[in-house]
Amino acid sequence: MGEKIADQYSVTGGDFSRAGYASSQIKKSLKKLGVDMAIIKRTVVATYEGEVNIVAHAWSGKIVFAVDDEKIRIVLEDEGPGIEDIEQAMEEGFSTATSEIREMGFGAGMGLPNMKKNADHLHVESEVGKGTRVEITMHLN
Amino acid sequence: MTAAEIVNKLDLQVFSGENGLNRKVSGGYVSDLLSDVMGNADEGQVWITLQTHKNVMAIASLKELAAVILVNGNKPDEDTARQSNEEEIPLLGTSMSAFEITGKLYELIKK
Ligand SMILES: Nc1ncnc2c1ncn2[C@@H]1O[C@H](COP(=O)(O)OP(=O)(O)OP(=O)(O)O)[C@@H](O)[C@H]1O
Ligand SMILES: [Mg+2]
Repeated sequence: MGEKIADQYSVTGGDFSRAGYASSQIKKSLKKLGVDMAIIKRTVVATYEGEVNIVAHAWSGKIVFAVDDEKIRIVLEDEGPGIEDIEQAMEEGFSTATSEIREMGFGAGMGLPNMKKNADHLHVESEVGKGTRVEITMHLN
Repeated sequence: MTAAEIVNKLDLQVFSGENGLNRKVSGGYVSDLLSDVMGNADEGQVWITLQTHKNVMAIASLKELAAVILVNGNKPDEDTARQSNEEEIPLLGTSMSAFEITGKLYELIKK
């Protein structure tokens, strides 16, 4: 028992050239641990969407990744504008993304719904003007 | 069907990622919305899009797609092509529209 892996990655707001780096490192770690591919796939979708949300909407953040015998836990914490109405943000199609971000094909308002669909458990809390904390839990058994 | 066979049959341009041309193709997905692809595409599919920036390859790699086809004569950004080489996922191109290339690809791989 006990933690098998614990890693941390920093994410810079606005830096789309690095978006997905943390998610790809986490994917590699999970593959190395021999986690079931179906679980890895869902974890990757949820983590990537959370990572891109920090890049697209916040100023800076970090992603903490931990695995033990029972679960994968990924905590994405940022300093940023926060989310005023979390329920509304979770709705498919809701987005405050800028036109530049939309031109890149982000900003469909599908990220949080994707996270909800793919995570076994998703918890979002946010303080306007301070930041957002998203916790993804995946059960291993 | 491999990515290489699709390149030959549909006369596609290969921008980068040649080392991945032996990847097996299981189907395709057409979208320019990145979260749509993230949520709905699946491993082994060919992604048809007009997006040319580097995040396309980040998604192709995370989803383990077989190849990406850029439509309407679009060319990849330099760092997009570089990442396609690193990931060994072919980045392909055509002057056809998404509609045309999707129709042809569907005919080709439905058998
Ligand atoms: N970390 C965050 N900080 C501040 N606002 C956020 C954050 N994550 C999400 N939001 C808000 O919630 C909205 C919905 O997020 P969601 O990920 O569903 O869609 P999106 O990021 O706008 O578009 P997509 O994910 O499809 O590219 C965002 O437009 C933004 O207003
Ligand atoms: Mg998003």
